[in-house]
Amino acid sequence: MADLTEEQRKSYWRYNIKLTTILLVIWFVVTYLISGLWAGWLNQFSFLGFPLGYYMAAQGSLAIFVIEIAVYAYLMNKLDREYGIDEGGAA
Amino acid sequence: MSLGKIFGLYTLSFLAVTILIGIAEQLFGLPPRWIGWIFMGLSLGIYIVIGIITRTSNPDQYYVAGRGVPAVFNGMATGSDWMSAASFISMAGALSAQGFAGLAYVMGWTGGYLLLAVFLGPYLRQFGAYTIPDFLGARYGGNFARIIGVVAAIACSFTYLIAQVTGVGLIVSRFIGLDFNIGVFVGLIGVLFCSVLGGMKSVTWTQVAQYIILIVSYLVPVVYLSYQLFAIPIPELTYGRLLQTNNAKAIEITRDAREKESRALWAKEAEQANAKLKAGNVDEETAEKLKAAAKLATQQATAPAASDNATIGRYLTVPSGVGMWNFLALTFCLMVGTAGLPHILTRYYTTPSVRQARTSVAWSLFFIFLLYFTAPAYAAFARFVIYARLVGTQIAELPRWVTLWQPAGLFDVIDKNGDGIVQWADFVVKSTDFVVLSMPEVAGLPFVITGLVMAGGLAAALSTADGLLLTIANAFSHDLYYNVIDPKASLAKRLMITKVLLVITALVAAWVSTFRVAIIVELVAWAFSLAGASFFPALVMGIWWRRANKAGACAGMIVGLAVTAYYMIGSRFYGVSWFGTQTIASAVFGLPVGFLTIWIVSLLTEAPPKPVQDLVASVRYPKSGQAITSDPLGRGIPIGAR
Repeated sequence: MADLTEEQRKSYWRYNIKLTTILLVIWFVVTYLISGLWAGWLNQFSFLGFPLGYYMAAQGSLAIFVIEIAVYAYLMNKLDREYGIDEGGAA
Repeated sequence: MSLGKIFGLYTLSFLAVTILIGIAEQLFGLPPRWIGWIFMGLSLGIYIVIGIITRTSNPDQYYVAGRGVPAVFNGMATGSDWMSAASFISMAGALSAQGFAGLAYVMGWTGGYLLLAVFLGPYLRQFGAYTIPDFLGARYGGNFARIIGVVAAIACSFTYLIAQVTGVGLIVSRFIGLDFNIGVFVGLIGVLFCSVLGGMKSVTWTQVAQYIILIVSYLVPVVYLSYQLFAIPIPELTYGRLLQTNNAKAIEITRDAREKESRALWAKEAEQANAKLKAGNVDEETAEKLKAAAKLATQQATAPAASDNATIGRYLTVPSGVGMWNFLALTFCLMVGTAGLPHILTRYYTTPSVRQARTSVAWSLFFIFLLYFTAPAYAAFARFVIYARLVGTQIAELPRWVTLWQPAGLFDVIDKNGDGIVQWADFVVKSTDFVVLSMPEVAGLPFVITGLVMAGGLAAALSTADGLLLTIANAFSHDLYYNVIDPKASLAKRLMITKVLLVITALVAAWVSTFRVAIIVELVAWAFSLAGASFFPALVMGIWWRRANKAGACAGMIVGLAVTAYYMIGSRFYGVSWFGTQTIASAVFGLPVGFLTIWIVSLLTEAPPKPVQDLVASVRYPKSGQAITSDPLGRGIPIGAR
């Protein structure tokens, strides 16, 4: 806390909230809509030989989760560096 | 030598030994029983050696591996900590039996990591405690929140632990032919050696070693089968075609006259059993037997595509109405449960920095993803092989894998209509575990690969047991004894108590598992709802909302747990039903009520003291003014919270 001004702290936190919200919205849409409520309808389309709805629930959603967390870690670690509050060390 | 090199070398030597055993099998006809022994001895030996090398009595090392586990390795350790015997052995089979509905598990057990990444992991690391009840105690002040945390942690972890120990016993007895009870205790030696000697430090490095064995052994058979059938060694890409083939085949099978004949006979058997039941005047034992027989016969008469004009199999049918609600509710419960299980959360205390904690969650999910991404493919391949290579063969000339695995009692082939040919309805599945266990032989691989799968299943069960055991022992010794009962206890005394408790907990778990209570599998699913409803709201509110106070958190945890437990027990035993929700999705009610209670009660009562509020604010910014101390007694609680 020592190194950040009130202004910096606010904008750091605002960025974090924004990022978190975007990721959670994607998470919600992918899990509960695409792989859930809309899956039956999506099954009429085909992807790599899979019915799309099934594919999203079995594989697509998992891949998206992995990417989301990687993006979160990358962006937040970058933000820490920009604000000079990263603790160093390789990640 | 760097860690990467050490584990690289380890992986190569493990593969080399596997190949050597394979050569010995081909050249000298090494008997399967021996191969089983070699793999079990070898893998347990590795874990014991790691335990001895990494032994420690430094509290920071013992509780949080010195906070020195790099992100990638913590990811692997979390992967094997997370993936249990159920993930390894049962999931693929369950998917093939449940079709689309089973995907709730795949999504729930991975999507939860996103919640963990953005809501909890990095912040808990920044806070820097030793256990989850530690966090509750420091954040909300006083021992009451801590004790509720201890009770919830033990309740979730212990049922889960028993399931793992049971898994160890099953694997050892199936592959080596040891008695189940002896198998359980043999496996425990592997677990106790590392947890007792080196606590979290040993457990972490053992889990990394176990992850490598686990993932290699899971991928080999299905990759090989994919290559064999499609000349592409990536099963995830090829099994889509199989799904279509399987569906077409299922419809064809349903229309087959002999299949209909066999099904009709099963249906008749079900009817007879039910008629006998209705007639009454049978004792309880016979009644149970009749019920089981009726259930089995009904299953055989209707699976997989029941109606004659079914256009697609159950496999691709998306549930609707209440089915869809339950699918979504279960996915949700498994996600919040994943983000609330204490043995996973503590893993993020062990990274060197917040930055690495974030990266580590990403690695964790990636390593888990490798297995979960493959599991649905396993299911499709298994189904394909049964359709293509078993249905329609002569009873007298069953494939080798059938004759080899039939004695294990996982499935049976009964020629119901007596025509000497296997119909789909003649294949009686008793446990879908056969999908993973018999896959190497199904693919026509040598027995050495079956041995490898055994080592993988053992690694999956032992690594999860390791993490759970440590969580339980620490909850008792660190949280209950040291922080509540005797805060002046010396370091030596505390570690001694932890070690004794580890042994006692392990023995109790082993003893309970020898009863083989059927309800255990169900209890594990309950553990997710319990963890989700108790820990998740209190942790999230504690980190994200300064105003959350002790009264709110305690009330929230208790009410969340109570609502969840009420619905669980009510819907399981007394016919309570809200919106037709299934028992395992109980947290879908408990969690929102928990959040709401924390919010309302916190606002009605006094705000938490200023130092605590400052602490919560500081947790948002890594490397901020807040000092994370590890005092000589090793409490590791930030100063502001005292």
